Amino acid sequence: MKFGIVVFPGSNCDHDVYHAVSHVSGETAVFLWHKDHDLEGVDAVILPGGFSYGDYLRAGAIARFSPLMNEVVDFAGQGGLVLGICNGFQVLTEVGLLPGALIPNTTMKFECKTVTLRVESTETPYTAAYTGGQVIRMPIAHGEGRYYAEEKTLDLLEEENRVIFRYVNAAGKPTAAANPNGSLRNIAGICNAERNVLGLMPHPERAVETILGLTDGLGVFQSMIQERMTV
Amino acid sequence: MIKALITVHYKQGILDPQGKAVQHALKSLSVDGVSEARVGKHIVLTFPDLPRKEADAQTRKACEKILSNPVIEDFEYELVEAES
Repeated sequence: MKFGIVVFPGSNCDHDVYHAVSHVSGETAVFLWHKDHDLEGVDAVILPGGFSYGDYLRAGAIARFSPLMNEVVDFAGQGGLVLGICNGFQVLTEVGLLPGALIPNTTMKFECKTVTLRVESTETPYTAAYTGGQVIRMPIAHGEGRYYAEEKTLDLLEEENRVIFRYVNAAGKPTAAANPNGSLRNIAGICNAERNVLGLMPHPERAVETILGLTDGLGVFQSMIQERMTV
Repeated sequence: MIKALITVHYKQGILDPQGKAVQHALKSLSVDGVSEARVGKHIVLTFPDLPRKEADAQTRKACEKILSNPVIEDFEYELVEAES
């Protein structure tokens, strides 16, 4: 499987994603420069974490106008797999591939820690390798990760089973204390109606090896690889 | 020349943690009578050559396309004549 990792000025998790899909998962990966207009025939696009354009104006607001984003939007429209992690999630909401927005944490702090998540749906190409309701741990590192959308959008997401990851406590309950950034309904990750575009604030690529302390993020990449093999 | 003075702020009803922090600071400084503080952004665009009507259209386009996110923010602006 060939992964394309989009590099914006200010991306800083691009090499971590490369490591996760290439060295750890044994697949092919290429970096895609944001100014290009070529997805190089990749099977999946990953928008990595970081601070594209220094988070100027709003996180992801300027990156979403990068030339390559036209190709990414077309690719998503054709059913291609597009995964946005952290800043990548922010870019996906700004470009309109996912609803809602990510706004400054209610804590007013940059939150950098391990969080506990519940896998809310395994019916996506990103979560099929997990079990429904599985409680997993991944790191977060963001200042603007509070998921916000209007009530009716939130209701629609729940109705269509599009909330994919939620912040929970160790017992798997979505409490206020388990919510690191004030996200509405403890939302950590969502997908689009067609389920081929997923955005999440936690970093699966930083949880793929025992030496990193966590391996629960591997399931995201394994799910994508499985999906590709069954197509 | 014309300058567009643009303000972008969170829609009413969206919690503004920065505004809350400012409000608490004002209280601790004995600035009285403030029921709420909200923090927004101020952006100035300079149009050296455009007539007012065109500057207005361009400012609106900028606000709608990039300077504000309609999911979370409202904007308002004013066009003023400026010397430089």
